[in-house]
Amino acid sequence: MATLEIRDLHVSVDTENGPKQILRGVNLTIAAGQTHAIMGPNGSGKSTLAYSIAGHPKYNITSGTVTLDGEDVLDMKVDERARAGLFLAMQYPVEVPGVSVANFLRTAKTAIDGEAPKLRTWVKDVNKALSDLDMDPTFGQRNVNEGFSGGEKKRHEIVQLELLNPKIAILDETDSGLDIDALKIVSEGVNRFASQGDKGVLLITHYTRILRYIKPDFVHVFVDGRVAEEGGPELAEELEANGYERFLKASTKA
Amino acid sequence: MSAAETLVATGNRAHSHGPGSPVPLQARSERPTSYDVADFAVPNGREEEWRFTPVKQLKALFDDAAGTETPKIDASGPEGVVFETVAADSVKVGKPQDRSAAIAWTHAGEALAVRIPVEAELTEPVHVNVASLGGRGFSHLIVEAGRHSRAIVIIDHTGAGELGSNVEVVVGDGAELRVVSIQQGDHESIHLAQHDALVGRDAKLHHVVVTLGGKIVRIGTNVRYAGPGGDAELLGVYFAEGGQHHENRLFVDHEAVHCKSNVIYKGALAGDHARSVWIGDVLIRAAAEGTNTFELNRNLVLTDGARADSVPNLEIETGEIEGAGHASATGRFDDEQLFYLQARGIPEDAARRLVVSGFFNDIIGKIGVPEVAEHLHDVIEEKLARAAELSASAKAVVGQ
Repeated sequence: MATLEIRDLHVSVDTENGPKQILRGVNLTIAAGQTHAIMGPNGSGKSTLAYSIAGHPKYNITSGTVTLDGEDVLDMKVDERARAGLFLAMQYPVEVPGVSVANFLRTAKTAIDGEAPKLRTWVKDVNKALSDLDMDPTFGQRNVNEGFSGGEKKRHEIVQLELLNPKIAILDETDSGLDIDALKIVSEGVNRFASQGDKGVLLITHYTRILRYIKPDFVHVFVDGRVAEEGGPELAEELEANGYERFLKASTKA
Repeated sequence: MSAAETLVATGNRAHSHGPGSPVPLQARSERPTSYDVADFAVPNGREEEWRFTPVKQLKALFDDAAGTETPKIDASGPEGVVFETVAADSVKVGKPQDRSAAIAWTHAGEALAVRIPVEAELTEPVHVNVASLGGRGFSHLIVEAGRHSRAIVIIDHTGAGELGSNVEVVVGDGAELRVVSIQQGDHESIHLAQHDALVGRDAKLHHVVVTLGGKIVRIGTNVRYAGPGGDAELLGVYFAEGGQHHENRLFVDHEAVHCKSNVIYKGALAGDHARSVWIGDVLIRAAAEGTNTFELNRNLVLTDGARADSVPNLEIETGEIEGAGHASATGRFDDEQLFYLQARGIPEDAARRLVVSGFFNDIIGKIGVPEVAEHLHDVIEEKLARAAELSASAKAVVGQ
């Protein structure tokens, strides 16, 4: 059973005025079978956490560890992390002109599995994944994310999640910019993935809305680069009612 | 359509030419042309048409003297195609626009004419190989597609020396001709060429320039229309590596009514002193009502130390046109694309290849000749492998 462990993670980015500390000692353990929600105000470092785990070169890990089943994730290249079983659904998926979705998905699947998928079942799997996310099969012929609406980009991320089927999925504000129908479709996809039982989900969100469709086992409130409070689903309900004010005040006092 | 693209609607609206691309002082149509070498001074590099070119390395091709060799020309094609040696001035569709073209015209002496018979529909391409043997030589080709014919002519330039060449293309009324000119000389070779095409009434020309090899390759392509309804698609693909200079200069002269032109040139650059130049001139004369033209140049800079210049120029003398526009963009390799692909498990090398092949994908699809598309694909892969080695060794140096 997969476990992603984040210990005392400190991360900075380079700015014109020198390095800026964003994460200040994050501790988090995500085990298979669990869904964790990270909630927090803008600028609290939620996305930085997601991109640091995935290995984006912009973020400098200044101290701390990230391990997947004991293996040092921080020592792996971006593609090695994906092949080890990590997946990041991005908030702003990137356009890749001239590369078709079908080619992209097949290339990624081949890289993750270490062998090309069987043609006959693969085409069926791709079409099913697309139609499950309410995307037309013709999306396979379109270029990756090029000309996609915001909602289509997010649904395309979940198509990839289902086809690549990682051990641990990190969803970075997958709910932002989605209307209620798209939110339901995306949530169903995440729930299908999680319901396999041996998968971990780290759901990063600003809003409580998506938690009506994806039930977290644990909720972490992220403020100023670290986890300020942890609890069960009831913590999300409190945030729904009262917002982040209580946590922001606490952080200002500190 | 990205924000970098400028669309010019009907009329003479002022628009930005971007930094470093001054509006030419002289109208394109007023630039002198002549068959007489003496009418062109030896370029010093300050002239508008030579300012991007390393003229100091071109002395041999500016020297008004006979070649030291005759390039080896092999031509073959399906039955019915006529190959014959003719006088240089037998069609005069082209007229040299610079010194090197005038010298090539004069010293090539005769021309090889490739004639596609009237109404012939060729199922296989015509192949012409022009091989420079290592000296200084000149070539002159004439491709004539008879009325209502359909054909593909592939001209492959190879070898080691300094080559000056002229290519004249005549597309008969209602014909559809695809001319592919491939430049893949050895690393030290130099090739200066002028292509002139005359597109007949309701005829269609696909002119494709593929430049992969050579130290300096400079090709001027000029298109005119002999009657209404002509359509010219001008495509170019180039990939300059360290020390290579790939230059393309286009001039589409719209004088007939209801003609179309569509120019798409795409290039990649990798390595120290890799250099590309693209000049796209389009003139819509007062008489050319109903013209529809668009030109686009895209450059992908893969490493530090490479430079791409891109200058589109559009002169419009009538408002009665269907459309006219140009777009030019030069970008660095996008690390966010690389991250996205790697985050899906695709190793860095493969991700890089995927992005670059994606960049060229649409234009390679338009070339319409499978053997050329396949060859291009293979050569681009080889060049990318070399570029990857370069950046790996650069990282190793930084890491020391």
